[in-house]
Amino acid sequence: MVNRLGKNTHPYIPNSLPEVKQEMMQEIGIKSIDELYVDIPEKYRLKKSLNLPEALSEFEVKKHVEALLSKNRTCSDMPVFLGAGCWPHYVPAVVREIVQRGELLTCYTPYQPEIAQGMLQALFEYQSMICELTGMEVTNCSIYDWASALGEAARMAARLTRRSEILIPKIIHPERAATLHVYTEPAGVSVNQIAYDSETGQISLEDLRSKISDKTAAVYIENPSYLGFIETQVDKISKETHEHGALFIVGVDPTSLGILKPPGEYDADIVVGEAQPLGNSMNFGGPLSGIFACRDDLKLIRQMPGRITGMTTTLDGGRQGFCMALQTREQHIRREKATSNICSNEALCAVASAVYMALLGPEGLRELGETIMYKANYAMHLLSKIDGVKVPVFKSAHFKEFTVNFDDSGLSVKEVHEKLLQRRIHGGKDVSKELPELGETALYCVTEIHSREEIERLAAALNEILDGRRR
Amino acid sequence: MIFNIGRNGRRGHVLPKVGEKVRHTVGDVSMLIPKNMQRKSQLRLPELSEVEAVRHFTRLSEMNYGVDSGLYPLGSCTMKYNPKINELLADLSTINTVHPYQDESTVQGILEILYRLECWLAEITGTYKVCLQPAAGAHGEFLGTLLMRAYHQLNGEYERRNEVIVPDSAHGTNPASAAMAGFNEVVAPSDGDGCVNLAALKAAVSERTAGLMLTNPNTLGIFEKNIEEIARIVHDAGGLLYYDGANLNPILGKARPGDMGFDIVHMNIHKTFGTPHGGGGPGAGPVGVSEELAKFLPVPRIVFDDERYRLDYDEPYSIGKIRSFYGNVAVLLKAYAYILSLGGEGLMEVAEVSVLNANYLMKKLKEIKGLTLPYNSEKPRKHECVFSAKPLKNDTGVSALNIAKRLLDYGLHAPTIYFPLIVDEALMIEPTETFEKEELDRFVEAVRKISEEAYTKPEIVSKAPHNTAVSRLDEVKASHPRTMALSWRMHLKRNRHDL
Ligand SMILES: Cc1ncc(COP(=O)(O)O)c(C=O)c1O
Repeated sequence: MVNRLGKNTHPYIPNSLPEVKQEMMQEIGIKSIDELYVDIPEKYRLKKSLNLPEALSEFEVKKHVEALLSKNRTCSDMPVFLGAGCWPHYVPAVVREIVQRGELLTCYTPYQPEIAQGMLQALFEYQSMICELTGMEVTNCSIYDWASALGEAARMAARLTRRSEILIPKIIHPERAATLHVYTEPAGVSVNQIAYDSETGQISLEDLRSKISDKTAAVYIENPSYLGFIETQVDKISKETHEHGALFIVGVDPTSLGILKPPGEYDADIVVGEAQPLGNSMNFGGPLSGIFACRDDLKLIRQMPGRITGMTTTLDGGRQGFCMALQTREQHIRREKATSNICSNEALCAVASAVYMALLGPEGLRELGETIMYKANYAMHLLSKIDGVKVPVFKSAHFKEFTVNFDDSGLSVKEVHEKLLQRRIHGGKDVSKELPELGETALYCVTEIHSREEIERLAAALNEILDGRRR
Repeated sequence: MIFNIGRNGRRGHVLPKVGEKVRHTVGDVSMLIPKNMQRKSQLRLPELSEVEAVRHFTRLSEMNYGVDSGLYPLGSCTMKYNPKINELLADLSTINTVHPYQDESTVQGILEILYRLECWLAEITGTYKVCLQPAAGAHGEFLGTLLMRAYHQLNGEYERRNEVIVPDSAHGTNPASAAMAGFNEVVAPSDGDGCVNLAALKAAVSERTAGLMLTNPNTLGIFEKNIEEIARIVHDAGGLLYYDGANLNPILGKARPGDMGFDIVHMNIHKTFGTPHGGGGPGAGPVGVSEELAKFLPVPRIVFDDERYRLDYDEPYSIGKIRSFYGNVAVLLKAYAYILSLGGEGLMEVAEVSVLNANYLMKKLKEIKGLTLPYNSEKPRKHECVFSAKPLKNDTGVSALNIAKRLLDYGLHAPTIYFPLIVDEALMIEPTETFEKEELDRFVEAVRKISEEAYTKPEIVSKAPHNTAVSRLDEVKASHPRTMALSWRMHLKRNRHDL
């Protein structure tokens, strides 16, 4: 019998060997595999071959993909000063090694805990370490990303309070705001924005007070904010929120929490955020890994979306072990009444984050926060000396991202960006369209991977670009 | 437990130093942070050397079973082999250090890959346009039901069309996704053949119908032979037809959802296209749609103007965003390499062998005492078959759960159990195309032995597993308000409380 793949079996399909097929068909009692497809109506059987490229050998696939990818330019080809929801950080070799272990990489969601203790324990350790970082007591195994985690948090708050409005800061990542809108709109929840202080960028308490009401399900803030500054009025916002019976949701960049007060210490009810910076590569923006945590309060826990790993014992009580907990919240049991439809999540990214946090430890995470803040503030310092730029736009303390305004230079962000790119430097994200009131402003990001030389190169290049302009 | 190992002061990773000049210029950073926002509490994380961390997580991996360990016949999950080359490619620095907001001129390579992958997936599913953004199957379903919503809203019919029909054999994410998009669920019962009951479907559709969500082949592994009639009933009522692509594997190159009349199709890249499940993710759940619905897809679109690839945000009808950026790119890249490694012919071979394997297992398992194959046991299945252990339970007290646990003792993974809901004591078995006949035979032999054990010494099955890293776990304790410990700090708090 001839195989359509020629003499050889395909390396991924052991039973494509003609003799094996023959044996199996004989066992089933058929002469051709087509007999197993007779129930597909003739009309719908595909008569043509798919218009796809011909199969390549492993070597050819590698060569082909490598060649295509080599058209990209990366953070090692040029310093890239971009953040805004996906950040350049170093991923230690150990993290890569662990997540490539076949037993962890190729297993499914741990439905059979007795042979998935490794994955379950790693997820429990992820949850536990995220709790330590955020100051919360309960974390799930991950949501798709920060944006969808925010969407889920808003819906959870609406269910808990039976209210239908979420207040968010005016300064928020536009993709996060867009995702929030898409997640909440079908649930009949509206989203309203709180103004900011034009000097400091901080949330306007006055505006918050005027907008919060007994319709408000939750108040959401981000710390550090989308534009990189530290929101300092957290205790007042928290108090105001709780006085109105609303939930307080805080969005975080976890790399800041080695040095910043964790949201659990300012009474956040739900914490969301992005775990990508903790041991996951950027990969052109995905996979990301959404953090989702809440207080130790049964009312909240029962409304959590997503998988949660719990510690337990064997039935005989003899040994400690781990399994999925509180599954009655989930779609496979609750179906249309589930707290969310989420099934697969970003578990392996969570494991990467667990390994990362374990490697850094308390001292490493504090140092990470300090290193980022030093370098970002060094960059701010150098850029602020350049004639024609204003850095940062807001008078507040900044963590790893900051705004750079070019209004006085006569150049647009786009023009500056192109001139930087010619000099093999990638500037920050253009935010002038999304926040027009800030003029020609870009959002720059500096992390532990940016060297002093790279930061100084950026400053020198900007100086040169603006200098040329002024002359 | 990681919190119990290590020593104060140990470090597993050292960061780049902050030089004197930077420190001097900036001053003490802790002075930059407003006092009330400084972290004062101690961060209670483990303190390990790199060596201890590697050993700890390696030991954990050794307590885990993956596709690389052996047969993983988890029905509906398509646990196929995950090619190693794809892992290598997805970890190249030319992708993993690329930022999503980089200038288009610096990301032409990855945009080209994503653009081509969209075209290939559209070809495979017979759809007009594919969006790669959803992070998983359920995320794709959420997008799909949002598209239904947008479509009916534009037609001014959304207020009225608030029902989504879901067969009783459907996966839980279907009704959950429809509910998230604001629809009410209407359940369509199956007929004696395990297919959608046409009379019941006719009765269920109305001017309130927004759409039908269907898995085909369905979760019993049976092809919905009346698909043409189903599509007509739904379309005539003004509804849209949604395809849950969890079971796309057996029809690759053989039949296409788009040709069958489906308007919206999601794919599970982590099932059909060989990317690893990673213990629950990351996967990817691209959605393909008909021409009429393309304008509603999320932004940005990847476009090619014969010279350059671009990200286009200009689409007034777009529903907006369901996540940040463009999708789980590292996962999608693996799917690109997978399709290239197989080509069109190879994908068809994938389909046929997955079906051959499932029917082979089915034939062999039918001979085992205590198991029956509900819903037309003579009909061929596609990629999976669902047995009922009801007779075994009646005869011996041994349940589907017990069989699953005992299989672990034989060094195999268990099938999916208790799903679909229309089969009592369900064992849902999907071997995929990537396991050899010898491994399938080993599985059959194990099930045969377990059946024997159930009839002769049921205790050994009902108390299983015996040979695993831990014995049966107390799942009730894990979820009970008084005993639940969902984090280490919660565990410590509860235990202090108990004293
Ligand atoms: C039939 C079916 N539909 C949908 C899903 C959901 O897919 P995901 O886990 O990728 O969200 C699954 C996954 O198990 C499934 O089996």
